[in-house]
Amino acid sequence: MLGKAYIVFLKDLHLEFRTRYAMNAILMFAITTLTAISFSLGPVRLRSEILAPLLWIILFFSAMSGLSHIFVREEEQQTADTLRLVTTPNTVFLGKWFFNVLLLFALELIIIPLFFAMMNLSVESVGLFFLFLVLGSIGLASVSTLIAAIISQASARGALFAVLSFPIALPILISAIHGTRLSMDGTTFSNCISDLQVLFSFSVVIITLSLILFEFIWRK
Amino acid sequence: MWQIEAEHITQQFNRRIIFRDISFRVSSGESLVLTGHNGSGKTTLVRIICQLIRPYRGQVRFLRDNRAIPNERIYPHIGLVGPYLQLYNNLTALENYTFFARIRGLPVDVSLFRRWMERLGLKGREMDELRTYSSGMLQRVKYVMALFHQPDILILDEPTSNLDEEGTATVYEIMQEQKKEKILILATNEPQEIRFGDREVHLAG
Repeated sequence: MLGKAYIVFLKDLHLEFRTRYAMNAILMFAITTLTAISFSLGPVRLRSEILAPLLWIILFFSAMSGLSHIFVREEEQQTADTLRLVTTPNTVFLGKWFFNVLLLFALELIIIPLFFAMMNLSVESVGLFFLFLVLGSIGLASVSTLIAAIISQASARGALFAVLSFPIALPILISAIHGTRLSMDGTTFSNCISDLQVLFSFSVVIITLSLILFEFIWRK
Repeated sequence: MWQIEAEHITQQFNRRIIFRDISFRVSSGESLVLTGHNGSGKTTLVRIICQLIRPYRGQVRFLRDNRAIPNERIYPHIGLVGPYLQLYNNLTALENYTFFARIRGLPVDVSLFRRWMERLGLKGREMDELRTYSSGMLQRVKYVMALFHQPDILILDEPTSNLDEEGTATVYEIMQEQKKEKILILATNEPQEIRFGDREVHLAG
């Protein structure tokens, strides 16, 4: 199944390189938001209590602007039925999930250095900061992929995506924001173990539930 | 030896009954034609047969040598061409073929792909993105993707839509070959195509 999921992932990656739709949408949103905040703040240096939520708000809404595209594209271009005919639902889910995780990581590769530079950000526990970023992104990508599959078959997709994703992603956001704040101020692994546990277990639960439920979403 | 058994299929959308109590049986070496006026539910029935949607009532069973095949294992044996079934327009024909061959677990045989492209009159267009194809060419390339894995069950919804005379003749040839040893199901209202059916299911709507 993983081998075929990789083939779905490669196909989506190939299509994304050719159209650059999702990447452009996500990147434009993230850079616009970051620039607007940076200009309005000027030289003011914000505290970690503000910077951590700000970072995750940018990441969350950037994800909302582009991650649904992975399923919406299949429905809009009427290729979803073609895909349904050639492979199993879980293969599709895993392939799309890999793609969304990679897309979010690619976004962070650009946004995080910009965030550091524009917000005069300094992080005391760098390792933990990136661990929270990775786990939070995986959780966010997992929720987004599942909700994207649901909303791709609805009419008011754009609004529905954020509305449905937000309550499910809330535990991820709360733990990621708290953990990111602690890592900015400087902390030890044992101090933020509970946040890491929440992020890890929530992602595992969402991915497991998705693999169980996805067939009912994918097959009409 | 394959068999498809449809038993008492009823479909309704929002309380509107599209068709009710449709039953049929078709085996390898036979063909079935689905007819009915526009809106009678031919495409809906095709989608139910392919397991793309679930019927409101009834069931479709697939049997191989009298043994039931689970529905989730039927996809490698089906080839479907229909107006609602699109390929990836931003990929070339060869990239589409590579994806579908690999996802079906088959080796990527470029010479086989070229032979099918040539047969469907698309020689030399293998490396072009499908968005540059005309509607007739897109219909032809759909046949390439539906046939390269030599499906035991070929289902064609409006088989010659958008095709010119030459393309239509090729499709008729393919239909004739398929019904010799395998299962062919057609959804059409064209009198020239109805004659390919050994049996007919008419949807009154």
